[in-house]
Amino acid sequence: MAAAEDLAVPRPVDEIVDVLIIGSGASGAAVAWGLVGTRLKILCLEQGDWIKPADFPANGRDWEARRYADFDISPNRRARDTDYPVNDDNSPMKVANFNGVGGGTILFTAHFPRMHPSDFRVRTLDGVAEDWPIDYWTLEPYFTENDRMMGVAGLAGDPAYPAHEPTMPPVPLGRSGTCYARALNKLGWHWWPSEISIATSEYDGRAKCINLGHCTPGCAQGAKASVDITYWPRVLRAGVELRTRCRVREITTNKHDMATGVIYYDPTGTERFQPAEIVILAANGIGTPRLLLNSASSRFPNGLANSSGLVGRNLMLHPWPQVSGYVAEELDGDRGPQTVMWSKEFYETDASRGFVRGYTLQFGRGTGPVNEAITNLGTGRLPWGRGHHRAYRTLMYRRLLVGVACEDLPEEHNRVMLDPVLKDSHGIPAAMIDYTISENTRAMMEHGIARATEILEAAGAKNTFASRIVLNSPGHLLGTARMGIDPATSVVNEWGRSHDVKNLFIVDGSIWVTSGGVNPTSTIQALALYVADSIKQRLATLFD
Amino acid sequence: MSTLTDHTSQRASGSELTPADLRDLRRLAGLMIPAAAEYDVPGADDEAIFSDIVRSLGRDQNDVRKALTTLRELAGDDFAALVDAEAEATAMALLRREVPEITALGRAVLQCYYRDDRVVRSLGLEPRPPYPRGHVLKQGDWSLLDAVRTRPRMWRDVDGKGD
Repeated sequence: MAAAEDLAVPRPVDEIVDVLIIGSGASGAAVAWGLVGTRLKILCLEQGDWIKPADFPANGRDWEARRYADFDISPNRRARDTDYPVNDDNSPMKVANFNGVGGGTILFTAHFPRMHPSDFRVRTLDGVAEDWPIDYWTLEPYFTENDRMMGVAGLAGDPAYPAHEPTMPPVPLGRSGTCYARALNKLGWHWWPSEISIATSEYDGRAKCINLGHCTPGCAQGAKASVDITYWPRVLRAGVELRTRCRVREITTNKHDMATGVIYYDPTGTERFQPAEIVILAANGIGTPRLLLNSASSRFPNGLANSSGLVGRNLMLHPWPQVSGYVAEELDGDRGPQTVMWSKEFYETDASRGFVRGYTLQFGRGTGPVNEAITNLGTGRLPWGRGHHRAYRTLMYRRLLVGVACEDLPEEHNRVMLDPVLKDSHGIPAAMIDYTISENTRAMMEHGIARATEILEAAGAKNTFASRIVLNSPGHLLGTARMGIDPATSVVNEWGRSHDVKNLFIVDGSIWVTSGGVNPTSTIQALALYVADSIKQRLATLFD
Repeated sequence: MSTLTDHTSQRASGSELTPADLRDLRRLAGLMIPAAAEYDVPGADDEAIFSDIVRSLGRDQNDVRKALTTLRELAGDDFAALVDAEAEATAMALLRREVPEITALGRAVLQCYYRDDRVVRSLGLEPRPPYPRGHVLKQGDWSLLDAVRTRPRMWRDVDGKGD
């Protein structure tokens, strides 16, 4: 039902707020923080719950099994009542996310690289995709502020990045990192300890990492910087209101093409109207286009903010092959943060490789006994039957794992649409994605797999195995409402405001123009802080 | 085995396994991971482990039932009646299939087998959750980074604003 016409339907109306943020994840928390101090009345609606540290799997003996159950990264398998389904049948890569206060940061690995300066100039440098309307240096102060808020372990001096200072010492190399480092030095290739938003020392009231080794399904120690324990406590103390279990159905507009608020379902399932002067979308690269498309009306028949036709298009998912191999000596396994270091040796374009752009190599430790068994079964090394026990004991804690974080270039046919049949528990049409991996990316993947294999062999690994598609990984949802100066080729302007609806902003991964070859959270949050600052600086003329 | 909070079974769907399903699944589990005196470990058909498997099927229950249907087809309809060698050959033929239900079956067995106290101890590990004690992780050899520290700048100064 078209939103504007539907306002005649009687439903409870809440008190108007100045700023309404939809989603409390990485970007929602950051944009809220960026706006505190403005004296604006700010409300955030979140469809999920607060997650208590005692609920995280690492507290119990079924800690590994729960990553395939109530802490699975796939919303379709997890299927909590706070989740919404995503039809990803038409994609080799499946969707990963989390719905709750903290959003995806609840289940991220906390690998925290920034985008590189060249990532913002893809068209200029390599003749593909589009340049961003901003550059690295625009975001640099916001990267710094975000690092301070999240707490980032790392080491200054990486020759692959402009100078900056992580806020804490790096995570230990351990046995696994030492093994990788020797191999990379033998090959003469770059490596550096990863920047990771995990507290390696006590930081801002957070306890230091004690190597639970189970970072992805939530950190029971609170050392991992999910935004429910970094940004939100400060944001709430500053007076922002956060309402959980509130699922937004659509954004409403008036005859002046301005957003008037949202229709949402409260925790009792009652449909309500929340008026707002400014609406900010922070619902990730799937949730945001879904909501815009679900907000179609007579004046916006193709979906809200979609005069360009680009809402939902240019979906980028970061294909991420993984290569594993087995060494004779015992490694760290699950006894430490999962990622340890990166290599940027193949990050920048080299035309001789047969593709443009590049990738980060990301080096992992391992997992616990259950997941080692499941993974080794997948690599074909662990048999069933009488040979099982002997094989398992030669494999456990002896697996090296290199991820290939490929830059995924935008293509309009990769898109988010509304599923004509599938709906969530409130009857709201679900998102459906249509995605293929491009030839450029496939060439990049094969190059990365070959280089990762070389590294593993230099480390003395045997029985290497490449997984080209890792299901539900990595869960980077980007590009579906991109930023740009030209309203014909972008959805939001260079500071996050919709070209079509002048009091509607987007701050999540949707606004990315290109994807880089890095985990996106650091840059997503820097962008959200930048958009918040842009709003603050323009308050008097914000809707001009 | 310490008491488990029943998180994994919260999303069980469809009907419960029948007695015939349970009988076949238990025999199959014992063939997937047999007991081994050499390592002093039970098989996956051990009573406590098998109970844990059944209780924890949760989201995998329908796939496991599907796998058991295929098992019976491969066995000529009566897996229980096969002699040991035939049963083992049939089980391995099933497990070689690269289909989602076999992945789910494997996960259902492994996630319970490798959290059993006896099995965990046999691996030289403590049967406990990661929290609150965590683990010790040594720093490793940071001198290896010296070779990288001296490298020239690698990032492209595309905006002419670099250091």
